[in-house]
Amino acid sequence: MTDLTKRSIFKTVALSAVAAAAALTLFGCGKKEEAPKAEAPAAKVEPLKVAFAYVGPVGDGGWTFAHDNARKAVEKEFGDKIVTSYVENVKENADAERVFRDMAGQGNKLIFGTTFGYMEPMLKAAADLKDVKLEHATGYKTADNMRTYDSRTYEGAYMAGVIAGKMTKSNTLGVVASVPIPEVVRNINSFTLGAQSVNPKVKTKVVWVNEWFNPPKETEAATALINGGADVLMQNTDSPAVLQTAEKMGKRAFGWDSDMTAYGPKAHLGSAVINWAPYYIKAVGEALEGKWATSQSWWGVKEGAIDMVSVAADVPEDAKKKMEEVKAGLKDGSFSIWKGPILGQDGKEVLAKDAVADDKFLGGIMFYVKGVEGKIPGGK
Amino acid sequence: MVARESMMETYALLIAATLNAGTVLALAALGLLINEKAGIVNLGAEGLMLCAAIAGFAAVVHTGNDLLGFAAGMGAGAVLAAVFGLLVIWLGTNQYATGLALSLFGAGFSAFVGIGYVQEKLPPRVPFEVPFLADIPWIGPALFRQHPLVYGAVALAMGLIWFLYRTRTGLVLRSVGESPESAHALGYNVRRIRFAAVVAGGALCGLAGAYVSVIYTPLWVEGMVAGKGWIALALTTFATWRPARVLLGAYLFGGVTMLQFHLQGTGVDVPSQLLTALPYMATIVVLALISRNPAWIRVNMPASLGKPFQPGS
Repeated sequence: MTDLTKRSIFKTVALSAVAAAAALTLFGCGKKEEAPKAEAPAAKVEPLKVAFAYVGPVGDGGWTFAHDNARKAVEKEFGDKIVTSYVENVKENADAERVFRDMAGQGNKLIFGTTFGYMEPMLKAAADLKDVKLEHATGYKTADNMRTYDSRTYEGAYMAGVIAGKMTKSNTLGVVASVPIPEVVRNINSFTLGAQSVNPKVKTKVVWVNEWFNPPKETEAATALINGGADVLMQNTDSPAVLQTAEKMGKRAFGWDSDMTAYGPKAHLGSAVINWAPYYIKAVGEALEGKWATSQSWWGVKEGAIDMVSVAADVPEDAKKKMEEVKAGLKDGSFSIWKGPILGQDGKEVLAKDAVADDKFLGGIMFYVKGVEGKIPGGK
Repeated sequence: MVARESMMETYALLIAATLNAGTVLALAALGLLINEKAGIVNLGAEGLMLCAAIAGFAAVVHTGNDLLGFAAGMGAGAVLAAVFGLLVIWLGTNQYATGLALSLFGAGFSAFVGIGYVQEKLPPRVPFEVPFLADIPWIGPALFRQHPLVYGAVALAMGLIWFLYRTRTGLVLRSVGESPESAHALGYNVRRIRFAAVVAGGALCGLAGAYVSVIYTPLWVEGMVAGKGWIALALTTFATWRPARVLLGAYLFGGVTMLQFHLQGTGVDVPSQLLTALPYMATIVVLALISRNPAWIRVNMPASLGKPFQPGS
């Protein structure tokens, strides 16, 4: 082919590609779904624009899936009064700040950032976006226009532990852990404490994948745990890969964040789910009524944010009963998971007898309790 | 002794997991080897594998047949590779830039096509066993309880060695990679041969991608190949384009990956982040040591790698 022919082919292809791209962008193929704008009966109040930033894909079947289900619940609750939108796969770095500013630029007045790693980017954006209310999940830094919310996932982990302690035959449990932050360490500990409450001989092995969402790595980690003797697994990662691996290898596991029964029907013991809807409805309601103020919310079973669902039929009755007792106790506040005496890995007391840990203590847990094997990467 | 037995069992399981983990890399890297022996570098391996992964997954979701899934994956890989080949071989575009573009395109396109498949599940995966060999104590669980493709990868490596170094066609392929001008002067259609190599290599990368989504982690989420395409590319280079070394590198990488997770599970006192880097470091070190003779590298690297060829220019 001569150079001239090549050049003319390139020119035609390039020009048509640019034209196509321009046409697509003009027709708004940028962000994902937006709820259809409702015609206000009288041209009174513009619907409140609410945006959500997700760290993973809506279809992860776990963490982000749970958030998106709550977003849909909010739409259902408030109908015409709000318009929601979301952006998936926003990475936990400077990209996030760009997305938040972009959302504000598009008129969103209430923005939810659904992962720990958005903390600094959101704080930076908050300084400039004074008329926007920012909500940060699982973080601990706030500002006048930025507040945090979290769910007591450790309650779900404890309930899973109660079941796991009764179901394990090898007395070895396994946890596929994501990133070494207090939340995850706390979950590992709570899982172990729950299991030890029904079976004091239980040990927990932990493998860190250092990511929230990586199905092949989660599969490999779960395989390694099972090969190492664990027969009941829990995860703190965002995909159903761990449950699937357990199904493949004939072991048991728990679903996490969302109901994962369908991914491993034989292996599934129960799912520790998070229901963000009650909090999201409260937050949007406050924003609509002008009652929004900065705060730090941490909701659990009591507020309807955490639950253990779809417990398997072959779990023995006494385990189910114990789990239900724990759930009821958490609901009415009569039961505390982190109540002393609790021993650290080295055998020393970290919580004295009858002492109940406060939220500050819980927020700073970076040690393993007795029964968990290994060391926390970069921790004590 | 119970402890000794369970340790042996653990090692057997580790070996089994290694073979599984290394197969994806082996299939992809061997496909890329075919490309590179003909002188073409296809940096689009990751995008190719992702598109093949969704193609394979979708095929199994709709038909329930794994073989169709693999075929779909190979088809997707071949089609994308053919587009790449047309651009690079006939229109003479820069191989590296085109490959990168293909990678980005493949990642986005597969994510887009895959939106509807994210919540889908496949029919339960049937565990495979080689009939008598799987029951041999220790060696059975270690080596003979794998999916047929695992053995396929080994067979492929051996087949490639035979093809490249013992057949006339293989010789022609290698000569095209070494000196396309000479091959052209001898009357071989260099461009068609390179195109065939690119398509064949793409089909193999596609097979690797389909293996990830159909067998290895049977679900679809965007980006699920998680960098294996890039690792395969590096593997081919570090193994100095020799099929046996590519296989070794693939299993080494897969093995150290599983080993580091296993080590974490035993509570060894090394930071997990360091352990995560271990597979990459180990593979680079070992292969670099094997291939440290610079003369040997020059001998093995296809001389025209990455350079375009135009007859008559």
